[in-house]
Formats: sequence, C-alpha cells, structure tokens
Amino acid sequence: MSALSNSNWDRRNVLRAAMGLAAAGGLTACGGNTGRSSGGSGDALVQYFHAYGEAGTEQAIKKYAKAYKGANVTTQWITGSNFEQKLFAALLTKNAPDVFEFHPQIQLIKSGQVADLSDIINPVKDDFNQADITSHTVDGKIYGVRMIDDPQFFFYRPSLFAKAKVEVPTTLEELIEAAAKLKTGKIKGAYLGNDLTPIQNNLIWSAGADTLTADNKPAFNTDEVAAGLKQLRTLFTSGNLLLGAPTDWWDPSAFTQGLTAIQWCGMWAMPAMIEALGDDIGIFPFPKVGSAGRQSVTNGGWSMFVNAKGKNVEAAKEYVKWLWIDQKQYQEDWATSYGFHIPPRTSIAQSATKLKTGLPAEGVKLFNEFGHFDNIGWTQAMIASVNDVMANSVRKDDDPKAQLDACEKKVDTELKKLFG
Amino acid sequence: MSTTTTRGVAQPAPAKVSNDRPRRALRASSTFNFWLFTGPFLIGLIVFVFVPIGWSIYLSFFEARFTVTPSDFVGFENYKQVLTDVDFLNSLVTFTVFAAFIVPATWALSLGLALLVNRLRFMRAFFRSVFFLPTAVSYVAASLIWKMSIFNGVRFGLANTVIGWFGVDNIAWLASPDPPWYWLVIVTVRLWLQSGFYMILFIAALQNIPRELYEAASIDGAKPGWQTFRYITLPQLRATSTAVILLLLVAAYQAFDEFFNLLSKATWGQPPLVELYKMALGENQNYGAGSAGAVVLTMLICVVTLLQGKIMGFGRGEEGK
Repeated sequence: MSALSNSNWDRRNVLRAAMGLAAAGGLTACGGNTGRSSGGSGDALVQYFHAYGEAGTEQAIKKYAKAYKGANVTTQWITGSNFEQKLFAALLTKNAPDVFEFHPQIQLIKSGQVADLSDIINPVKDDFNQADITSHTVDGKIYGVRMIDDPQFFFYRPSLFAKAKVEVPTTLEELIEAAAKLKTGKIKGAYLGNDLTPIQNNLIWSAGADTLTADNKPAFNTDEVAAGLKQLRTLFTSGNLLLGAPTDWWDPSAFTQGLTAIQWCGMWAMPAMIEALGDDIGIFPFPKVGSAGRQSVTNGGWSMFVNAKGKNVEAAKEYVKWLWIDQKQYQEDWATSYGFHIPPRTSIAQSATKLKTGLPAEGVKLFNEFGHFDNIGWTQAMIASVNDVMANSVRKDDDPKAQLDACEKKVDTELKKLFG
Repeated sequence: MSTTTTRGVAQPAPAKVSNDRPRRALRASSTFNFWLFTGPFLIGLIVFVFVPIGWSIYLSFFEARFTVTPSDFVGFENYKQVLTDVDFLNSLVTFTVFAAFIVPATWALSLGLALLVNRLRFMRAFFRSVFFLPTAVSYVAASLIWKMSIFNGVRFGLANTVIGWFGVDNIAWLASPDPPWYWLVIVTVRLWLQSGFYMILFIAALQNIPRELYEAASIDGAKPGWQTFRYITLPQLRATSTAVILLLLVAAYQAFDEFFNLLSKATWGQPPLVELYKMALGENQNYGAGSAGAVVLTMLICVVTLLQGKIMGFGRGEEGK
C-alpha cells in the first residue's frame, strides 16, 4: 500500500477538484477578455480601428501605439463590414474602447459618448483644414481629431476610353452613355459598388441639393434628386453596370482585374492601382445631375474620438494628443505610406511629397475644387434611411419621389430627437 | 377451501443496514454532484438567458435609444411602433416565404439522403461523414463562400461559369429583388449546411424500424420501393419527422447569418432577426423598440410551435405506430 492511499486526495476527490476549478475558470473567463493587457507602464487603453484594406496599416497603428510610453495601448482591429454597429454596441458596455475612430456624428455628442477635445486641438487649430474643424465642432467645442481626409471619385482607364471613343463624362447622361459604349464581352462599363450606396450623397450634391440645410432641415428631397434616381435605375437595369463583384467599391480589385472600365473608389487605392495599371488611370468627379447640378467629390475620412464614459478619459486624451497632434511623422506615415490620404494638417499636407505630382496631385485638386465634407448633423440613422431609398428606387423599381418623401419623414423624426 | 400461508416458511433475511451515515453521505454526495454538474450551466442559463430576457422585457417599456439603462417609461409605445412598422411586418412575410421553402426542402433532402446512405453496402460511414461535415461549417463562412465564389455576379463565379457554358449571360444573383434570385442563394446555402444533421436523425430512425415489418409486408405481397416506403417507412418515421419539422421551423425563425451577410443594405429578404438587429443594434440603436420586437417574436414562436405540435401530434409518435 502506497503512502498516498492514506491521503484524502483519492482519484474521485482529485476529479471533483479539477472539475470545480474548470467550472470556476470557465465562469471567470466569461467577460474576462477585455483586450486590455496588464503589466505595462501607466494606464491600459484600448483603441478601436476598422480594418483598412491597405497592406501594413494594422502593423503601423500597432507600432505607433507601442511607441507611446504614457499608457499600455491595445488595438482592436475590427474586421467585417459593420464596424459602426460593433462600435455602437461596444460603447454601451464596460468593455467599451477608450479611444476609437469614426466619423463626426452629433448623436455621439448628444448622448455624451465622446469627450470634448477642444483643449488639445485649440493650440494647433489653425494648422488643420478648417472644413474638418467645422465638421467636428458643436457649440464651439471640438469633439474629434481628424486623422485623414479621403476623397472619393471615379477612376477610369484612359486606354479603354480612347478605344471606345468616349470622352470623360461631365453629366449623368454622359456617364450612362459611356458605360454602354465601354461594355464589352468581358468588361462592364462602370462599377458604383455592389449596393450603390457609396454614391448616394454625390447624387444629392451633384443634383444641386444637400443632405441638410444649414439650420438642420432635410434638403435632399428635390425633383432633381428624384430624376437622378430614375436615371440611375436605367443604368442599373442596362446590363452595363458591374453588379455582384466579389470585392466591394472600396477595394480596387474589380478595376485592376479588368472587370470594369470605371470604378467609384477612394484615393487610398491609388498606390495599388498604379502598381497594377501604371499610367493607364484617370480620375473624374461624380458628374452633374440635371441642368442646375454641379460635379461633386466625397471628402470622407476618419477621426479619433475619446470615449467620454471610459475609465481613463484623461489618459486617453493624452494619447490622442500625443499621436494625432504631436507625432507629425506618424501622421504623415499613416496618410501616405500605405494608401494615399490627404493629411488634415495643412503643414503635413504641404510637405507630403507623394501627393505633389501625378495622379495623387489630381486627387488633391478634385478634393479642393469639388469636395463636400462630413456634416456632423447627418447621422448613421439618416444615412441608413437614404440607403433604403437607393435600394427601393434604384435596385427595386419603386417611385423615387415616394421613397424620398418616406425618407424625409424618417430623417425629420431623427432631427427632432437630436435638435428638438 | 384451502389457504396458503407463508407461516413457517423461511423468510429472506432483511438486508443488513449497518447505520445511516453512509446513506446520508451518499445522498449528500449525490446532491453535491448534482450541483457540481448542473450549477455552472444553471448559472450560465440565468446570466445569459433569463437575465437578458427579463432585461429585454424591461427595456421594451422604455424609450431606450443609445442606452440600456433608460429612465423614460413609455408603456406600450414601443409595441405599437413595432406592430405598425412595415419593415417588421414584411420581415414576417419573408420568414413565411423562407420557411415555406426551407422546411419541406430540408425535410425531403435529408430524408432522401438518409434513405440513400442507409441502403449503401459499402463506404456508408464515408458518405455519412461527407453529408454531415457541412454541419460543422459556420453560417458566416458558408455565406461568404456562396456570395464571393459561387454566386458572385462576375464571369468567373462558379454559377455564372456553369450557365455560361449554355450561352446564358452573367446573372447578378444578389443585386436585385427582380427576379428574386437571392432566394436560390439563401435556400441552397442553408440546405447544404443543415441537411446532413437531419439526415443523421433520419438514419437513426430508419435503423429503429423493425425488419419484421418489411418481411411481413413482403409475405403479404407488398412491392419493395415506393409501396413499402409509403406504407411502412414513412409512418414509422412520423415521430422523427415531427421533431425534424419542429426543429426546422424554429431554425427558420432564427435565420440571421446568411441573410445578414448575403443581403447587406437590401430592403427585401430581411427576416425578423435581421430586422430586430437593425432596429436595436444597427444605426438606430433603439433598444426599446428592438426589445419590444423581440418579445413579440418570442411569443409568436411559442404560439406557432405549440400549434404545430398540436396539429402534427408531437409526442404521439409511439401511439401512431
């Protein structure tokens, strides 16, 4: 008989203890993985980024975070196409990020979810693109730091245009005609994204309307916008539009793989396009819709916000200041080393040599000439309402005016909740 | 009159009871083991099921936009909003169409596969595994494969390549509701994913049918094939069929992943869970209305399930034999 047999720890007890520990461990694990590493210097911060398509971006943002000595910053790189929804849901929980990128939207401010960053931006306010400052300001307070500006326009293949004897379109009618002439057995004429929503704001702007008026009233429900939607419907059903592409509009693959002669995309994709197609690339703004319209470019982009309900608001503000105000070399690296973006800091934009010549310089020119910036009052719920208009009146054959009327009611309800 | 008596007959000795302590210890030990095994799951059930359900019911009576700890009581306003919301009502129509396709199609396909695999003399385990394996694939992964590789709208998509051999032009399967090709994509992905599981249930049920029934039928002159299937196999599978249809119906109500991933930013083909997700967790972040919709949907599922059980005689399978 071994000495161990006298012990109370027989096999059954050991098994019970092990199972108890496993169960306790399992319960402890529930909700325990916050993504916050411990043991580093100072506070632990979590930042949320959506997954950028350009190679090296995830490594870059993690490299910047690692270089920061004031806190231990962990990056959550959110993949998938519903970053907004994941972010909104996370912001309601205890595991909400301390710092996150998003677009300026007033509901975040009204619900107290983002902190006032005026004190860190004001000293350098004049060095920012003033349109970016305006789009982040409510009642004199600035709520986010712009990281990058992302102009979006049409990319086209000049060689295919020459072959089909097509001029660069300046009106929506010309775009529809060009798509018909450019379509061959293997290449479609144009690609506006799989669900057509990326160009919905441009359709409004190019028709001479706007999303909201200056005093925050709906401004998109006009006869010209309805007529533009009808025209888009003819393009959608023509067979000349690329639909159901494996990659969506923000990825240049459909264009570089020769699936389409024209693609709506952003300036971030230029390096990949130039690498694939060399000089055979041109760009043009969204053409004007109707006689009173004007060509337009979307000036999208991403901004950094601090979670006002987080545990480390001051530490998070310090980090945002360090990275997006003080570290100009990282800001330029972020804007020009992966995809091409326009730095919102004037001093950095002026020194960014990669944006001085060729196609990137043309992009900057279109940005300055035709660009429309974010409207902080135009929220995600309103964007979703216009998504429905695109789905129902262009992809489905519903009456555009009736759809715009229904959308206006929804937007009006949102505006009343936000502005009273 | 004779009587029998056990008097004088040696009785078996009563079992020796040493003392009460071991039995009590055994009972205590059983109780401990019961809580050891069920406790963690019970806690999980309470924390992750009952508390959220209770919280959802609570939220459904409040104005809860961008918050899950609201203070503005609105009574049944959220229920009124949900029950008059065209999108939510349309989602119930979508579910009905989906269930009308998927429930009979999966039932028939899984039964057909079970019959085929059950008759195999060779490589039965191999084919059983082949048909069962898709069950292990995530709905999201399968949806993305269907969307990006098989049913994309370009010339090198698998489906477009095949129809191209017959001179048919490319189809954008998911772009438009007219014609509604998206149903083909959605139904096929779910058929692929779930038929294998139900096939296993049917195989188990088929193996439980007594061979004597077929022998007796054969002696009585029944022809093998359709006749024995119609009059012996199908009635013997009644209990399994009822359970399978019930599970399929509940699974149809829970449809989310493939619709969400295949039909982004569409206004058609949105089942109730996608609609509720958009309402509560999407751009609107309206947890009050979303919770009211969840309560309505839960009640609807309960009613439909009870009715279906009553109509199809769930649990009466044994009596039916």
